[in-house]
Amino acid sequence: MTENHQHNIKLPEGSIEKQTTTLNVGPTHPATHGVFQNIMELDGEQIVSTEQTVGYIHRAFEKLAERRPLYQVTPITDRLNYCSSPLNNMGWHLTCEKLLGVKTPKRVDYLRIIIMELARISDHLICNSIVGVDTGAYTGFLYVMQYRELIYEIYEEVCGSRLTTNIGRIGGFERNFTNTAFTKLERFLKEYPKVLKEFESLFARNRIFMERTIGGGAISAERALNYGFTGPNLRAAGVDYDVRVHTPYSSYEDFNFSIPVGKTGDNYDRFLVRNEEMWQSLSIIEQAYKKVQEFKGADAEIFHADVPEYYLPEKEDVYTKMEALIWHFKIIMGEIDLPKGEVYHSIEAGNGELGFYLISDGGRTPFRLHFRRPCFIYYQAYPELVTGGMLSDAIVTMSSLNLIAGELDA
Amino acid sequence: MALTNEHIQKRISEKFGEFVSDFAEPYGMLSFTVSKAYNLKVLQFLYDEADLNFRFLTDLCGVNYPDLVDSELAVVYHLHNLQENMRIRFTVYTSIAFPDVFTASKLFSSANWMERETYDFYGVNFLGHPNLKRILNVDEMDYFPLRKEYPLEDQTRIDKDDEMFGRG
Amino acid sequence: MSRPVRFNIHPIEANLSDAISVAEAPQGYSGEGFFTSRLSDVVGMARKNSLWPLPFATSCCGIEFMATMGSHYDLARFGSERVGFSPRQCDLLMVMGTISKKMGPVLRQVYLQMAEPRWVLSVGACACSGGIFDTYSVLQGIDQVIPVDVYVPGCPPRPEAILDGFMKIQELVGMESIRRRNSEQYKALMNSYGIE
Repeated sequence: MTENHQHNIKLPEGSIEKQTTTLNVGPTHPATHGVFQNIMELDGEQIVSTEQTVGYIHRAFEKLAERRPLYQVTPITDRLNYCSSPLNNMGWHLTCEKLLGVKTPKRVDYLRIIIMELARISDHLICNSIVGVDTGAYTGFLYVMQYRELIYEIYEEVCGSRLTTNIGRIGGFERNFTNTAFTKLERFLKEYPKVLKEFESLFARNRIFMERTIGGGAISAERALNYGFTGPNLRAAGVDYDVRVHTPYSSYEDFNFSIPVGKTGDNYDRFLVRNEEMWQSLSIIEQAYKKVQEFKGADAEIFHADVPEYYLPEKEDVYTKMEALIWHFKIIMGEIDLPKGEVYHSIEAGNGELGFYLISDGGRTPFRLHFRRPCFIYYQAYPELVTGGMLSDAIVTMSSLNLIAGELDA
Repeated sequence: MALTNEHIQKRISEKFGEFVSDFAEPYGMLSFTVSKAYNLKVLQFLYDEADLNFRFLTDLCGVNYPDLVDSELAVVYHLHNLQENMRIRFTVYTSIAFPDVFTASKLFSSANWMERETYDFYGVNFLGHPNLKRILNVDEMDYFPLRKEYPLEDQTRIDKDDEMFGRG
Repeated sequence: MSRPVRFNIHPIEANLSDAISVAEAPQGYSGEGFFTSRLSDVVGMARKNSLWPLPFATSCCGIEFMATMGSHYDLARFGSERVGFSPRQCDLLMVMGTISKKMGPVLRQVYLQMAEPRWVLSVGACACSGGIFDTYSVLQGIDQVIPVDVYVPGCPPRPEAILDGFMKIQELVGMESIRRRNSEQYKALMNSYGIE
């Protein structure tokens, strides 16, 4: 923080210290990218204090989930962090599989990893390009948006939906990946690195961008841990905690990748960590795609675990086979009782550790389902991050934390 | 020496005796119950002891068990030892008539909002919390919506016919 | 990365009818050096091709709006190059995403701040009817607090659907009589929402 010198305006001694302004940022402010309200006390342009209000799109997910059989909860998880819906879907399926004791085949794991890493790229892409917008580079945003469409096209080919994907089922996928999906994936893997490189060189060593982001919204590793930071924001502060490595799920242990770690935990480090994570994700996708291609013949037809109790039978079989019809009916009507138990499962979502705490009392729906939403937990630290800084830095800090209102308010 | 569930259980039982109970390991995660007055002491103990070192509060949430008399509400803590990569969970039960539980927000800054959320949903009164008010719902709300006794749906709406929606 | 630089020194004869769409002239009577038409039509044509949207994006549909606004789908083709964030300057309120009961008064406030004539496009199931969130905290459709002109279904609607809804709004705007906002009927509608 440099000293503020007032050269031109002659004000009486001490007047700047005394006068503060109250500014209401949000809930529908163009700079908030989501519905958050911040009531800021400003001394000139410096923030003295800020108080957040959240809950503007509280939709009662947790209560809603208590009414629904497991497969009907998936659409709710879509709408948590809608920038990376497939990640949430997969996290939920993995939680259910843990509760039900379903073991998924390797090919399903690898296909899932492809989808999850694509989702991570699309999440980080939005975050980083929005940081760009807030620092004055609208071009980057417009440029990468069209490459996000490539990811959406892959989702569309796999599950038929773009944004709120509802992708996958308990035990695997609804259907096998088509050749078109793989062709589209190949196209993405071919085109995207160039774009990312270009995007990176537009920002990473850009003087204006560096001046705007270095030092803004910094947090020490210790405070970050105390505030429950996870994901890229924690890694930017210098802690190499990544659920994918610490508690590998979905066969992440089969892959080679590194965890980028920052030093200061400021906006610039967060940008760089996310950027590097996209490169890592690309490499993971390439590895996973290679592994998927190694499955030949009948093995290449496996796209779900063999668990008729939980996995919906194929529609054609439902019309022609008695057994399939019975299972279909039982699953759709939620007639299958769940095993009793408490399970906590977490995955590395776009913003950090997305946890599902599921209590089942042996009924047909969860007795209680709690989402550990990373956004909700780390947004508390916002006043500490921005107090003493400039108002314009606070806006960049907000976007570089990647706050997603849907996830925050649940 | 790697930290094991047995070791944690031994250390906690030695220290707190009958105030901790119901040790179990569902899906590999050590979970136990702590008596209401001791939640903060257990948290502090787990935080301070060098061999336990649980310094990351992963999650804190409430649960409502309407059938458990005098312990209708529960607060569940998930803790994580990042160095040893060990997770544990413990539950604190409280009666719905006096839902007073000590706050963990002095120890973990992250507990602040999670406790506010738990208050908002279940009405658990966290003693010593710096700013215990509703966080997600409107301030005017006069009930705690996630308790099992309250319905999910909006009660004021008239445009959806209840019978057609299977709740006649 | 170097790119070949092209200078536009030998422009190809562009086929204007292909690249630029020109709005059709309203019906009228023309003679040598003059053209008469109804004022309403001319105003409508001008308004509909320069709508300034105010994106009131709260959740998932907002992300689809980002795609709509982005280079791939390009909302600017419809005369909405400027996506404004100030309610005072905007004509079209695009409500995208869940509106909770906590947000309801804010939405209404934003609507009241807009100057007449104003239109409302409700995008997505949540804004139209509460969608899958039939819960205690969600407003069951924004038409409980403000009047809506066009509803776009979908959860979330595809960008094409949002564009379609936008074109429906354009149709409405183009056909609207300039006296509509003074009519008794319109006043009664506003009064039913408690807006003077």
